[in-house]
Amino acid sequence: MPIELRIPELALVVLIGTSGAGKSTLARRLFKPTEILSSDTCRGWVSDNENSLEATGDAFDVLHFVARRRLARGLLTVIDATNVYPDDRKALVAIAREFHCLPVAIVVDTEEKLCQQRNEQRPDRQFPAHVIRKQRMGLRRGIRGLQREGFRHVFELCTPEDCDNATLVREPLWNNLKHECGPFDIIGDVHGCYDELVELLTALGYTHTGPAGAWSNSAGRKLVFLGDLVDRGPKSPEVVRLVMDSVNAGVAFCVPGNHDNKFMRAVRGKKVQITHGLAESLDQFAKYEEHYRGFSRVAAEFIDDLVSHYVLDGGRLVVAHAGLKQEMHGRGSGAVREFAMYGETTGETDEFGLPVRFNWAAEYRGRAAVVYGHTPVPEPEWLNNTVCIDTGCVFGGALTALRWPEREFVGVAARATYAEPRRPFLQEADRAPLSLQQQHDDLLDLADCIGKRQVETRLQRSVTIRPENAAAALEVMSRFAIDPRWMIHLPPTMSPCETSRLTGLLEHPLEAFEYYRSNGVGRVVCQEKHMGSRTLAVVCRDADAARRRFEPSTVSTGCIYTRTGRPFFTDGAFEVALLDMLREATTRAGLWEELSTDWLLLDCELMPWSAKAQELIRRQYAAVGVGSTTGLTASVEALRAAATHLPAAEAALKQTQVRLDLAQLYVAAYRRYCWDVVSPTDLRLAPFHLLASEGRTYFDRDHLWHMQTLARLASHNPTLRSTAHRLVDLSDSASEQAAIDWWTDLTAAGGEGMVVKPLDFVARGRRGLLQPAIKVRGAEYLRIIYGPEYSLPENLDRLRQRGLGAKRSLALREFALGIEALERFVRGEPLRRVHECVFAVLALESEPVDPRL
Amino acid sequence: MLLTISTDRRPATDLGYLLHKHPAKLQSFPLAFGSAEVFYLTATDERCTAALMLNIDPVALVRRQAGAVSIEQYVNDRPYVASSLLSVAIAQVFGSALGGRCAGRPELATERLPLQATIAALPCRGGDELLRRLFEPLGYELWIERRGLDAAFPQWGHSDLHTVTLRAHCTLSTLLNHLYVLIPVLDNEKHYWVGDEEVDKLLRHGGEWLARHPERELIATRYLKYQRSLAKTALSQLREQDDEAAGPEDEPSDDPREEAGERKLSLHEQRHGFVLAALEARSARSVVDLGCGEGRLLKSLMKQTKIARVIGVDVSSRALEIAESNLKLDRLPPKQRERIRLVQGSLLYRDRRLERGGDIAGETGVDAAVLCEVIEHVEPSRLAAVERVVFECIAAPLVVVTTPNREYNVMWESLPAGAARHRDHRFEWTRAEFADWCGRVAQRFGYEFETRGVGEAGVSATGHEVGCPTQAGVFRRAH
Repeated sequence: MPIELRIPELALVVLIGTSGAGKSTLARRLFKPTEILSSDTCRGWVSDNENSLEATGDAFDVLHFVARRRLARGLLTVIDATNVYPDDRKALVAIAREFHCLPVAIVVDTEEKLCQQRNEQRPDRQFPAHVIRKQRMGLRRGIRGLQREGFRHVFELCTPEDCDNATLVREPLWNNLKHECGPFDIIGDVHGCYDELVELLTALGYTHTGPAGAWSNSAGRKLVFLGDLVDRGPKSPEVVRLVMDSVNAGVAFCVPGNHDNKFMRAVRGKKVQITHGLAESLDQFAKYEEHYRGFSRVAAEFIDDLVSHYVLDGGRLVVAHAGLKQEMHGRGSGAVREFAMYGETTGETDEFGLPVRFNWAAEYRGRAAVVYGHTPVPEPEWLNNTVCIDTGCVFGGALTALRWPEREFVGVAARATYAEPRRPFLQEADRAPLSLQQQHDDLLDLADCIGKRQVETRLQRSVTIRPENAAAALEVMSRFAIDPRWMIHLPPTMSPCETSRLTGLLEHPLEAFEYYRSNGVGRVVCQEKHMGSRTLAVVCRDADAARRRFEPSTVSTGCIYTRTGRPFFTDGAFEVALLDMLREATTRAGLWEELSTDWLLLDCELMPWSAKAQELIRRQYAAVGVGSTTGLTASVEALRAAATHLPAAEAALKQTQVRLDLAQLYVAAYRRYCWDVVSPTDLRLAPFHLLASEGRTYFDRDHLWHMQTLARLASHNPTLRSTAHRLVDLSDSASEQAAIDWWTDLTAAGGEGMVVKPLDFVARGRRGLLQPAIKVRGAEYLRIIYGPEYSLPENLDRLRQRGLGAKRSLALREFALGIEALERFVRGEPLRRVHECVFAVLALESEPVDPRL
Repeated sequence: MLLTISTDRRPATDLGYLLHKHPAKLQSFPLAFGSAEVFYLTATDERCTAALMLNIDPVALVRRQAGAVSIEQYVNDRPYVASSLLSVAIAQVFGSALGGRCAGRPELATERLPLQATIAALPCRGGDELLRRLFEPLGYELWIERRGLDAAFPQWGHSDLHTVTLRAHCTLSTLLNHLYVLIPVLDNEKHYWVGDEEVDKLLRHGGEWLARHPERELIATRYLKYQRSLAKTALSQLREQDDEAAGPEDEPSDDPREEAGERKLSLHEQRHGFVLAALEARSARSVVDLGCGEGRLLKSLMKQTKIARVIGVDVSSRALEIAESNLKLDRLPPKQRERIRLVQGSLLYRDRRLERGGDIAGETGVDAAVLCEVIEHVEPSRLAAVERVVFECIAAPLVVVTTPNREYNVMWESLPAGAARHRDHRFEWTRAEFADWCGRVAQRFGYEFETRGVGEAGVSATGHEVGCPTQAGVFRRAH
């Protein structure tokens, strides 16, 4: 006779039985080895002796610790210990409760004689007979009380045959509807507003198709009701009928609200206070009984069977009446049910006598979106990926639906004010000018940044940040960075091409073309590489736009910052002037309207190089220039003097003269990128990517679109520069040669070089994401990077051995993170989610990579 | 890199004997980082000029150091200017002359000669003045030409590079030893790791002259690359040679301006005294030092037996490492060790560990938070975040904030008008500005406050009362 042990998929299974009862054998047969935590094994770990009773305390510390970690991660856990006394089990039940999962007891009640025999056969375990007798007495005494101790499921296996015949069935939790992927229309608190519900369902494309009261949708969408179907409003029975029939027809889901629950208890004759609109419901149901006898009981049964919350759409969506903390998602316990129906209160009451609610959503860090109702709000607003869609229909507000996965709100206005709220919720004056998310976003949490971190990105899955890199980023962010609300993107580092095979050159376009061609890219865009400093410019149409979208208290109209998140200008007037130019050019180009936005993020190069790098140029480049020319000039002069009487000096003179010439070329090279900046019009700004505007990014547009759109912008202001570029067909050698000639001309005229990009902003090859850009620098420019004498054959040969692997991997990770940051920002995600990505870019920048690449 | 040495003592060609290098040859010597060439520009009876030319291989120089991360480590002036590389070459190529030996003509080695040395490119950040301070006490006449950074950009100003000619009447060995020690001191960089053996080298080449040199402190400290323990060893050994009382043993500072301005007053001691008194007055038993830096205040806090818990927080993990070693945490007895925690944190990010119930602050939270000379290092636009982190999140019953009083800056002559006391100060407040800030913060977060001056109040040359150098705000949470 098989015995089925039906156990929830997430449970703490407690085996109960005397030593030698056969618990371990049973566990090994039914569960995965990693699911079983054995007290004997733990004794062994802490003491080297599985039978050491003196180690019991430490052993159970370990066992409880591991059990906690497993349950926190949502894993079924089996406790293999005697657990014969109530005190042994109390701690385990408490642990199960702590993690909101069900404790399950499996009693293995093998007769004493058999246990004794089994123990005698084990050479390592010799108990006196009375130990097992005492254990069994304890077990028998406690077995009745197991339900009372908190075990929802208790199974008893009384004979070895029972043990052999037992089979395990893992039952999904009722709240687990991950396989239901919608699409859904989630509807907030209806409170008997039947007419508005019908209007909303009609607007959403549902029709009354039956059976009975059920509504459905031909597009296969499903309804999700967030509870509080009854009370206060005019037609509670009709609402319950509609919802119940739709649920029963398999086209809707419903979670219970606190009002529904109280109504159910009232119908069942429990003593409840008839307040908050319950009286109206009871009256309406009494009347409804006239044509549907017994409906109150049916409705109560329906409500009683409702599951506290649901996890839907592969775990991406959680619905509960009053919301749910992350650690309660997909768990089942009394506490979860309470929270899902009532939320969490601080124990205080406000000036209206209503309980002050603990703002769990402000602390929410989970990945699943949580949609809930319960507390009426004037507008549904996302906060940390949670949203309350109870817009107080019954109080004269609106009935709101959230379309999932579209994340669109659809609402219908209340036809009347059916009840007066105790706390006014629609007063406009009370509304802060900031979004809910902004109100919570002015302070970032250290715990979201430091330590080892994994950042999920759309382009490259997860990027790992090591703690030491995060520590470095924290210092840079804190000491030098702009306000994080403006730092919505950081650009990636850029790798050079593979080292050229041509003599006398370190870099040449051939290698860049070869990289893309071999990775299946057909067309690339070559762009002139401006030699200045990488700059990001957030340009807002006006200060209102800046306040609304970025920094609520700001008077500025944008922000110009460096690729490491620092303010570009120490002189605020320069920033203002440049922003003015950009704004005006955007207006003239008609881009505000065309892109329907009031802000833009531009990726640019700002020249001259000396504008930002003045200190670096003085300390580094000019110092090398003056040092090398002074030192070598003196040597040349000395050798020239010596050569008049010392023929051997002739060769050394020639050699040193060559070195001096190179030093002079070095000075000439850096001088090209320096000029004096007295006023903002002395600057040149070349935007080359239009990264984002309100509600969207432009990573789906190819580089020609970026070039052309930005050229329009640049044509309206002499300080702005467009970027010379050309499209190259990699299957056409003439096209390629023309680009090579172009590069040769550019660099011969003193240009830094060019950047080669795949035509598409985001390109993938056979092995995944491709480099978003590859730079090909000119020979003279490289002199300031590799040193005055780099081009001497003996030096060049050694410098050719450069590894690009680290740089390329870094560029890809930073690219993925930068895009992720911006996509999160335009989706309106919380600041910490955006900051996480840019923080990670900064952290990666602290990885040691050859700075000459 | 070129060093020339000349003499006009007849027969001037004796210089060839002294240097142990033949005037009619160009000789090349391999070095670890390139080669050194010795040749003579002139070698006549009247005048003899020898040249030591260094050909340094820039690529090999970089390859010696692993894991370089800044471009400066790859491309720099090291191959071209006088540095410790030149000292190494002097020792290798002119070893006997440096040691005062002359095999062929022993009497020449001890003879004082009219000597002239020219260093074509000598870096010295201290300019003309420092060059004179170092060479003149040794009896040199100097001709100094400071190079501009770039002739095309005269507005960029001077470089640190000088062409220096020295003239003196001394033995060649003396001249070479002076150069051997002082070139790296002027350049203030070392191409190799400075260890214990450097103390011996310094004492060997410094000999008697260094003990009498008025700048021996600076020379020893710089020669030993600011390694205080090494410099102390060297100075104490020098003292044995020289009975004069030695100067003060102050640690070198990264920022001479702040040090020069404030040391005389030992202002930081007075600030610490103020903070400790404020903590004592409110019987604070647990204190968090926000922005503890290298742990100077932590040290004082640890001496207060009434303070049971000390938490040091800084954004720089390097500063925390130094604090850890300054406080000798690894050698504290366990009970003392338990009193203190050092953690990396930032004033701009909420840190729940420091809040009531947090891992570090504990169930009851901390009694006091101290921001000693910290807020002026925060961008004004980011102060709002700092205010919330300190007064709303950590929300200690007592908060002590100290910051410079800008009005007092006129009292420091060394400080240019309008300059801040430290390069990293993002602002410095007047007393009125500080009081205004304190008032706003106190009102917003429910604190009572008073402001105080720390240090001796001053009166400016124009007769204005400018207050104390430091100002402090003491905030108590209102109930």
